[in-house]
Amino acid sequence: MTARDLIPIAVLAVLAALLPLVVTSSPVMNFLVFTLIVALGAQGWNILGGFGGQFSFGHAAFFGTGAYVTAILQMRYGVNAWAGLLLAAAAGAAVAWAIGFLSFRSGLRGSYFALVTLAFAEVFRILANATPVTGGAAGLLIKLEVHPANLQFADRAVFYWLVLAFVTGVLLLTRWIQRSRFGAQLVAVRENEDAAKALGVDSLKVKLRAIALSGAVTALSGCLYAQYFLYIDAHIAYGSWISVELLLAPIIGGVGTVFGPVVGALTLHGLGELAKQFAGRIPGIDLIVFGSVLVLAVAFARGGILGLLERLRDRGRGLVARGAKEVSHAGR
Amino acid sequence: MYSPQIILEAALNGLMTGAVYALIALGLTLIYGVLHIINFAHGALLTCAMFAVWIAWAWLGLDPYLVIVPLVPLMFVLGYGLQRFVIGPASHGDDGNILLVTLGLSIVLENVLLAVFQSDTRTLDTDYSFQVVALGPLLLSFPRVIGLAVAVVVTGLLWLVLNRTDTGKAIRAVAKEKLGANLVGIDVPHVYAITFGLGCACLAVAAGLLMPTFYVNPRIGSAFVLVAFTVVVLGGMGSLPGALLGGLFIGVVESLCGLFLGDSLGQIGIFLIFIAVLLVRPTGLFGAKA
Amino acid sequence: MGRSVQDSAPFGISRRTVLKAGAAAATFATVPVAAPSILRAQTPAVKIGILQPVTGALAHDGDLGRLGAEMAINEINAAGGIKSLGGARIEMVFGDARSTPEAGTQEVERMQAEGVCAIVGGFASPICLAASQAAARYDLPYLVDVGVSDQIMARGLTNTFRFSPGFGKVTQVALDNLTRINELAGKPAKTVVLVHEDGLFGSGLAKLLQAELPKRGFEILETIAHPTPARDMSNVALRIRSLNPDLVIPSNYYGEFVLLARTMQQQRIKPKGVYAVLGGAASNGRFVKEFPQAAQNVIDCNHWHDPKNPKALALRKAVEGQGKSFAYNVPLNYSNLLLLADAIERAGSADRKTIIEALNASTFAGHIMPYGPTKFVNGQNEGATPINTQIQGEDIKVIFPESVAEAKVNFPAA
Repeated sequence: MTARDLIPIAVLAVLAALLPLVVTSSPVMNFLVFTLIVALGAQGWNILGGFGGQFSFGHAAFFGTGAYVTAILQMRYGVNAWAGLLLAAAAGAAVAWAIGFLSFRSGLRGSYFALVTLAFAEVFRILANATPVTGGAAGLLIKLEVHPANLQFADRAVFYWLVLAFVTGVLLLTRWIQRSRFGAQLVAVRENEDAAKALGVDSLKVKLRAIALSGAVTALSGCLYAQYFLYIDAHIAYGSWISVELLLAPIIGGVGTVFGPVVGALTLHGLGELAKQFAGRIPGIDLIVFGSVLVLAVAFARGGILGLLERLRDRGRGLVARGAKEVSHAGR
Repeated sequence: MYSPQIILEAALNGLMTGAVYALIALGLTLIYGVLHIINFAHGALLTCAMFAVWIAWAWLGLDPYLVIVPLVPLMFVLGYGLQRFVIGPASHGDDGNILLVTLGLSIVLENVLLAVFQSDTRTLDTDYSFQVVALGPLLLSFPRVIGLAVAVVVTGLLWLVLNRTDTGKAIRAVAKEKLGANLVGIDVPHVYAITFGLGCACLAVAAGLLMPTFYVNPRIGSAFVLVAFTVVVLGGMGSLPGALLGGLFIGVVESLCGLFLGDSLGQIGIFLIFIAVLLVRPTGLFGAKA
Repeated sequence: MGRSVQDSAPFGISRRTVLKAGAAAATFATVPVAAPSILRAQTPAVKIGILQPVTGALAHDGDLGRLGAEMAINEINAAGGIKSLGGARIEMVFGDARSTPEAGTQEVERMQAEGVCAIVGGFASPICLAASQAAARYDLPYLVDVGVSDQIMARGLTNTFRFSPGFGKVTQVALDNLTRINELAGKPAKTVVLVHEDGLFGSGLAKLLQAELPKRGFEILETIAHPTPARDMSNVALRIRSLNPDLVIPSNYYGEFVLLARTMQQQRIKPKGVYAVLGGAASNGRFVKEFPQAAQNVIDCNHWHDPKNPKALALRKAVEGQGKSFAYNVPLNYSNLLLLADAIERAGSADRKTIIEALNASTFAGHIMPYGPTKFVNGQNEGATPINTQIQGEDIKVIFPESVAEAKVNFPAA
């Protein structure tokens, strides 16, 4: 990686880190923390879905595993929350690897892979709802004990910085993947698996590495979710809502790009909040916006917001007319 | 532990529930067979149809079975329009995109219904809702017996449409060889839209059959759609008889699992079958070769 | 247990002092970012947060909860507001918990920013658990309206109060009453089948019942769990039919209970009684109206208003006059608001600490529940109790205990 690769990430991270000095409103902080947690999970999805081209509809399986592992370790076995964070990521990677091993070895891809991941997440949800160790249907409550050792901070800003640090870390990781040999192989598998194989890429191994990394990152976000809201149950942890959130963000923001998931999560949740401000009495208004944005993004902005921006920048002012034509052409 | 009569009744119940699953899966598998897409909006569209039945009953006092008659063309038009003007253009013919567009549609539809109807659970009541047909010592639910019969008839009709009409031939031609069909002058987008419309029309029938005994709320579709996916995968994606048999089979499995394991864990059986089939034999148990 | 946020928060003090100052000045607090442009009235106002799930799976219940709170607020304001604060009006800051705990938490944060002095509501236990914990960070008084989970009160949060009974208490009373009703009828019921939904509410209840019923001479033939939403109750009905119990005890939500009752009717299963505990439909006017036959004689042990209280009857009439179906969370939210207003009145300030103290000292009896004077012990109202209702004809009648009963119990069902 060169300085050119690192500077945009560093600048954005520093700017974002300064935000709590300006914004003191706790709903806004709360909004940012939640959005960043989603963004982190979405970054995980993006490693597999964006770079690897394997669309998972069941990333809840990893998110939930992260959340449950940390909560169970902490509440039942008294494991320190920070250690729990690492173990949760490891568990996420393991679960992801196992699911990946089963499905990739059977040659599942495209819609079939999407369906099988969805089914795995559902199985986890039903099991988590029925077994005693997860608290069953009662869910798990992490005790409110504000202390840095417990990952609980009196000031919301500290948790924000923590999540931001993870998001930044994964931004760097994603940038590294993009520049590395592994990343190149992954993209090759996405573009044409048979061709990649012919060139000597061990596609199963590459995909497994991607899904394990993806699972670990998403599990981290689940873990942070649990530590922030201090309560999880089977529906929160393994519900389809989170699978959908984690896939929407990268697709809206720019699938297979470094900043896509973060941009997407901020855009979606920002729009959702706006919609609620304007039409708060209408239930589900934010989700109507999410769904519409998804359809519009797929129809008119392949490559998401970042792709759109890039195209606009490339064209410059004089060519805007042609660009508009092309967009409408793409819309046909 | 249970008397043979109870087990038999549970199996028959499952068979009849399975018939409705089959109807829902029929639309899904038809769309898959021709367009090669997984329609994630299927559940939300079913919910729309169920609400339509409920509205016709609550506001106009129409019998749910009667509503099927006007609802089938309505849903057909809705499906045709969605594919022709939304899903088709928006997805640029890319597999992943179609998944996403239909997912987006399902989110929008579900939440528009939520905005309009709130998340209230609604039921309707007819004279026959809870009537039974006594078959010897067995008490069979009248609406379910009707459901089973109609499901079989609809599958037959659909098969006839596909095999005996010109439109059907065009559909099969597109399913087999899109490019070739295009070359001989078949309007492929039109055929796609017709197929999608037919899939939605099946949902209209399913909705009319479900409503006398079931309830509707904006999220109810998701309860069915995962089962329908399982049925489709089990029966072989794109296979009509596969969908019917798969639906009946899943119905019986679910019912017996529910009887012996309890309804909560019984659900897991369906997903495990689903995963196992996907992993071991993605072409389905009854499916043709991929 | 019971360590409050304050003891362990290193940065807490300065921050909290600032917040508290803000709360004390709630009347003219300038709201930072997310505030919609509510024009403030001329008279001073006290802001109270009302948290209800008005979208998502629980929207129907949340809507009724909000209605109850709204009616109480209107009534208090019409009667001159909070007199010790110069006739301050109560201003409702509404938050939609969207049927999920984290949305509840987010709304608590928003309410905190808008300067509310207390929050009422939550409805479902998971929302109450998460929201009260979020409020605890700010020492913000939180009144649980319905959430029955015993976990809610077991955490030792000093800001959390529950006016209504919890799980343990409800089951206790439900069992006592059931035993009494059975004895009075000459002990016709001996065998029981439990049918419960597999969520927090149903499973928790089933566990308690499984432990307690045998001690009281009932034999549990089987415990049947089902998911929510359930597609089909035929299997459950079949199992009940094959077991032929004297008594069926369901604990599930509205849709599933209706389905169960109708399927039982269809399968011609007629146990001597259906005794719901915190039943989803058995105390709901809509069920009676839509399916009078299936609903007949179902007994419920649930939250219910005092049927002899004229204010309660007037409230019920007003709600039904709006074309809504009446359910227990209307009077519960209504009562909670009156209780809170009384505490603020006595506190003479919108300061959170003072309100919490006033709640702890409350002996409020002007509510419309059959609880008697309020007395909070560790946040739980000791007098809170459920009562038994039975669907008779086209009405829901209180049948037990005798002190508040409107009608005689019909058991075994004729």
